[in-house]
Amino acid sequence: MSANEVSEKQPRGGDLVPRHRLSTRVWHWVNAFTIFIMLMSGLMIFNAHPRLYWGQYGANYDRAWLQVGSIGNEGIVQIGDRRLVTTGVLGLWKDRDGAVKRKAFPWWATIPSSYSLADARLWHFFFAWVLVIGALAYGAISLVNRHIQRDLLPDRRELRPRHIWHDIAQHARLRFPTGAAALRYNVLQKLAYLSVLFGLIPLVVLTGLTMSPGVNAAWPALLDLFGGRQSARSIHFLCAGGFALFILVHLLMVILAGPFNEVRSMVTGRYRLPKERAE
Amino acid sequence: MISRRGLIGSLAAGAGGLLLSGCNRINANPAVRGLLQGAEGLTMRAQRIVADRNALAREFSAADLSPIFRANGTRQPAGAEYEAHRLAGFADWRLVIDGLVARPLSLSLAQIRSMPHRTQITRHDCVEGWSAIGQWTGVPLHLLLDQAGLRSGARYLIFHCADRYAAADYYESIDLIDAFHPQTMLAWGLNRQPLPVGNGAPLRLRVERQLGYKHAKYVRRIEAVASLAAVGRGKGGYWEDFHDYAWYAGI
Repeated sequence: MSANEVSEKQPRGGDLVPRHRLSTRVWHWVNAFTIFIMLMSGLMIFNAHPRLYWGQYGANYDRAWLQVGSIGNEGIVQIGDRRLVTTGVLGLWKDRDGAVKRKAFPWWATIPSSYSLADARLWHFFFAWVLVIGALAYGAISLVNRHIQRDLLPDRRELRPRHIWHDIAQHARLRFPTGAAALRYNVLQKLAYLSVLFGLIPLVVLTGLTMSPGVNAAWPALLDLFGGRQSARSIHFLCAGGFALFILVHLLMVILAGPFNEVRSMVTGRYRLPKERAE
Repeated sequence: MISRRGLIGSLAAGAGGLLLSGCNRINANPAVRGLLQGAEGLTMRAQRIVADRNALAREFSAADLSPIFRANGTRQPAGAEYEAHRLAGFADWRLVIDGLVARPLSLSLAQIRSMPHRTQITRHDCVEGWSAIGQWTGVPLHLLLDQAGLRSGARYLIFHCADRYAAADYYESIDLIDAFHPQTMLAWGLNRQPLPVGNGAPLRLRVERQLGYKHAKYVRRIEAVASLAAVGRGKGGYWEDFHDYAWYAGI
């Protein structure tokens, strides 16, 4: 095959090309649903005791590094010694019927919307299984079909600071890859997806398990790894913040890159390559 | 005139409200709740597979103790009978062990305190998310069970309590794996003091691999049963019966 023929087969801007595998698409949509259930039921669980500590123990008499509450008619978030007034959103807010509630996260951010630790735990621990089983299956499939090695692991060239900086600058100017280059993840995407897949997800699962007294008996090393049950609870909460940030940036990028084309590629697997820019 | 911003705002609020009332309906749907509760059995089996039946909860040192051990749930059982026991220093308190046992027992606190005891510094984990570390002294439950002799067919122990919570008698239950676990005990001391009223005086259950609501306080009767169905509303505990908390509280 001559070099010429290969270049003729190279897809170009405007072509509709296969982009996402079935396993990627299925896992994406399962997770899109699961992560919202986990975040919102998790916020309700947090509402049961809206204080975070470092160490093995922590209860109302102990020093919290973060707490959400109310003083008088004000909702308050306290981080260390700093107090922020958050009336209406955190600590003190009105429910749909206009009744004042003194809980940390408001009704529109939690599952269920009115206070129930028991129900939140039902949702959280069911979808925890969905998250874990999905992540293990996707991880295994993606190692076997070499999706991780081929598409997600950055090569040495991409990891050069100058290359990363160039990608950041291009993103900041909203100049996304076009033509055949848009077929592959850029280095920022690779790092973002890898840090979720091998960073946030394992961390959130392991810190979740560290809060379980049953799992503590089975795997006591987890307590040492995270420095105690209350430290694990704090890290678990920070991970949730990490997921929320990821989702925010992810959705922003989808909107900026063309929501119809992006959503289609995640539903049908087919993606129309953006036209090359006339430089 | 309706501003565009106001219109978008009210549309968003309307859509949010629709979504939310849909969510609340889904949350209340019995079939959905049944499905979600199915994960509880999976969680219990998974934990039982990864943890040896005698795997111990971590025991801490005196340096790790919480400065103040928080009391939760009932802190002062209502009623003249409990108050009379408290004033008498629980001198006449009896612990009854009956049901599917060969030799039903009725033990005084003095008898229980004279039995071999165990002291352990463990972490108490509330379902709400907080933890407190305390030093518990009490009689290992298996010693009491050996004395009473479980009959074949006994599968669970019901812990009947002297307190009422929101107009229902508090009770809890565990299976025999947890009942015979080396750290499971009826505690009569906390932090080298007699068990305070707020923490369940004179006797409370410690079942260290589960959450706090399983640790029945003010225990006056242990009943060995074949099934949980005939007790309370049949789910094995106050919180399980009235609030859909998991019976197995290992997470």
